[in-house]
This record gives sequence, C-alpha cells and structure tokens, in this order.
Amino acid sequence: MELKTPLYDAHVKAGGKIVPFGGYLLPVQYGTGVIKEHMAVRTQAGLFDVSHMGEILCEGKDALANLEMLLTNKFGNMVDGQARYSPMCNENGGTVDDLIVYKKSDDHYFIVVNAANKDKDYQWMLAHQFGEVTFTDVSDQYAQLALQGPKALEILRKLTAEDNIPKKYYHAVFDTEAAGIPCIISKTGYTGEDGVELYFSSEEAETMWNALLEAGKEEGLIPCGLGARDTLRMEAAMPLYGHEMNDEITPLETGLSFAVKMTKDDFIGKAALEEKGEPKIKRVGLKVVGRGIIREHQEVSADGKIIGHTTSGTHCPYLGYPIAMALVDAACGELGTKVSVAVRGRMVEAEVVALPFYKRNK
Amino acid sequence: MELREGLKYSKSHEWVKAEGEEMVIGLTDYAQSELGDLVFVNLPEVGDEVTAGEPLGDVESVKAVSDVYSPVSGEVSEINEALLDAPELINESPYEAWFIKVKDVSEEEELLSAEEYKAFVESEEN
Repeated sequence: MELKTPLYDAHVKAGGKIVPFGGYLLPVQYGTGVIKEHMAVRTQAGLFDVSHMGEILCEGKDALANLEMLLTNKFGNMVDGQARYSPMCNENGGTVDDLIVYKKSDDHYFIVVNAANKDKDYQWMLAHQFGEVTFTDVSDQYAQLALQGPKALEILRKLTAEDNIPKKYYHAVFDTEAAGIPCIISKTGYTGEDGVELYFSSEEAETMWNALLEAGKEEGLIPCGLGARDTLRMEAAMPLYGHEMNDEITPLETGLSFAVKMTKDDFIGKAALEEKGEPKIKRVGLKVVGRGIIREHQEVSADGKIIGHTTSGTHCPYLGYPIAMALVDAACGELGTKVSVAVRGRMVEAEVVALPFYKRNK
Repeated sequence: MELREGLKYSKSHEWVKAEGEEMVIGLTDYAQSELGDLVFVNLPEVGDEVTAGEPLGDVESVKAVSDVYSPVSGEVSEINEALLDAPELINESPYEAWFIKVKDVSEEEELLSAEEYKAFVESEEN
C-alpha cells in the first residue's frame, strides 16, 4: 500500500498524473508534460514535492564518530549549516544508499536519504551504532520541496529575508522561515540547476506549496513531477540509487571517488574496497549518434564485444538528443569510443562522451 | 478526449480510416495524452507486412517506450516520414498524424465506433 505525501491532494488538483514511486503516490507529471517541466527548470523555475525523501537525525557525543564509520566521506571539518554528500557502504564495498549529511551543530546532524531505502538505511544505522548516539527517523514530520531553476532564488527572496538564504552551494540555514513557515533552507538540488530545497513541518506543506507557486507566477514557476526530476538528473549525470548504484556496485565504480575518503582511518566497506583495488568497471556517458533512445539494462558493445550495460537513459529535452549512462569494463570506454547498444533487437549507435552531459553557466 | 466520427478505433488505442483500397492508421488522442510528450517514433518500411494485433512500430516518450499495434493485416504501402523528424505532431494533432497506410488488407481486428471506443476507455479507467 503506497503512502501519500502531505501534498497528494494538491497534486491531484493541479492535474498531476499520479504513479507509485519509492512507496509513495507521486505525480510523474502535470498537464504541462515532462518536456515543458524540464525546460522550465533549465530556463525559469520548477517546484518539486520531494516529501517522500527520508530524514534521519543523528545526535549525541559520538554522532560524528558514528558518521565517520558509517559513511565513506569525511565530516570532521564541516562548519555548522554545511551539507555533504556521501555514499554509505556495506562490508563488501557495495552501496547501501547515497545521502546528504547536514551539520546542524556539534553532536547534531540531519541526514536525508532516498525514499525507497529509508527503512533499510535506518535499520542499518541502528545495527551499526556505537557509543553515545541516537538515530531517529523523523521522515513523517517533514515535508520537503525543491525549488529549482535560474529564477529560484529570485522567487524565494519574495518570501524570506536575504540573510535566511545560504550563500554557498551545499550550505543550509537551520531554524529560519519562508512565507512565515519555520523551515530549513538548503542550497542543494538534484537538477544540475541553481536552487534550494526546503524542509518544514508536514502540516504546513500545502501552505508552503501555494505560497511558492504564487510568488513564482511572474517568473514562470510551474509544478514539476518525477518525470522531469529524472530527466534533469540524467542530463546533469547525477547517479540514482537502483540505477547507477546498488548493494553490489561500489561507489568507486559509480565514479564517486570524490566522496570516498580512503585516507580515513576506517569506515564500513573500506577493507573490501582496498582489497578490490582499482575498479574493474566504470560509469560512462553515452550520446546517441544513430536513431533511437537508449534505456536502462541494455547491452553495450564496442568492436563486437559486450563491454557493459546501461543504467539509465532518456531523450534529453534541453540538450535535444538521447543520452545514457552505462557501467562498462574499465579498460574500455575511453572518450570518443564508438559503441552499439542493443535496443529491443536493434543496434543503436552511440559514442562515449564526458560527464556531465549538461553543466549550467554560473 | 477528442474523438472523430467516421473513424474506427481499436482496443489498443489506434484509429483506422478507410481511404479507397487502403487503411490509414494512427494513435488516438487518448493514447497520446496517456503517453505524454513523444520524442521518438519507429515505423515499419514500405513493403513490410503488418499483422492484426501485432506491433507495427513503437513510440517513445521521455519516460518509456510503447508498442503501437496494427489493427489490420496487410502490406505497408506508405509511411508518414514527417513523424520521424517531428514525433510531437502526434501530440499536437493525433488524427492528422497518421503512422502508416496499409493495402491488400486481409484481416481486421474487432474495431469500435467513436461511441463504443469512448465507452471502452471509460470502462478501462474505472
């Protein structure tokens, strides 16, 4: 049985086409369609309900030590309000989930995890905690909205003071407000675009949703669904759990070495990653040069030999051509390599290109 | 949902129009709206045989690929090449954006009138 986010009724009212995702009923798109929603985020602004994401508090004298052991990234040098992305590994070096850790203050951390992995993650944390620490699943208390696009901050400024908005990417302001609603404002997102994510009480979800849409009318802000969220993250080459990552794939294979600190004393999965050595597979970007759209789970060949398989793929509305990400043999897949992808019995020609496919001009 | 009188409809959401000896086939307005923005179309080639109830090609939205079924059996006499470069035509005007024309039609699926198709879609939705 799927759960509803606090904005379910608002989505239905706005013409959202509802689908089950990660245990929740969410809009895949609104009446405007995925392409218009995608383009709104690249050129103006879009508003996403991401209340399905999980939130877990990590508190106590040993909070930091627990995070250092549970997660692959380093957290000791964070300032209050800072956010940091990290994979969480199992003992074999596979990926339990990828998440964002916010430092609220010493001994207080706020962790945001994928909806579909929320229970697994929480149980994993409980099973591996040590010392003086408490993990609390507070997912039900929080609604989350992502306001994304070049006009996002301009819109937010109509509802809150400049000082309440974080200055830098991957920083957040805790205990602030927008539209009079207490919230956390975080300069993060999953679109490759400028913007913020807001965390606040589920009870205020509809008020915040309406206030933002109203404030963004002139700037062309529209509600966006999961469809655009997926095409935007693919265009920006951001990996998604269950596609580019899973319990078997290591974060190094996914290409997340920037968030895996092998120089740390220890973390769960470190020994396995050391033992595996240089990754034997790697994540690459493919640009279709022939005719067709590549999807996930399709075989990739070079010179007649299968070198891997695709993990995500779509037609990119902003770039205007189809792209895919694939996990391939690390010895193959140099930039410029011509590959063929088996798309339902037909070979579609593609080329290995640099990631990300899309990078915004700052 | 827009319907056109004078067309026949399949339960797999294609429309069929008799044009002299040929049958013209396209996707219904209901189908295009369910599929969302279409970005790619695969059509058969002229001379290919199509079979009633079997895929004649497919359409892709940014999210997914879907087969398009042939409501009739016969030989493809013409394809709408304009769709290959502009799949959005199917979203914009589904009853003008025909896919293929079929000649030497030997078999037809059970086809519905506009009214019957409307009732069928409503029953499927509930």
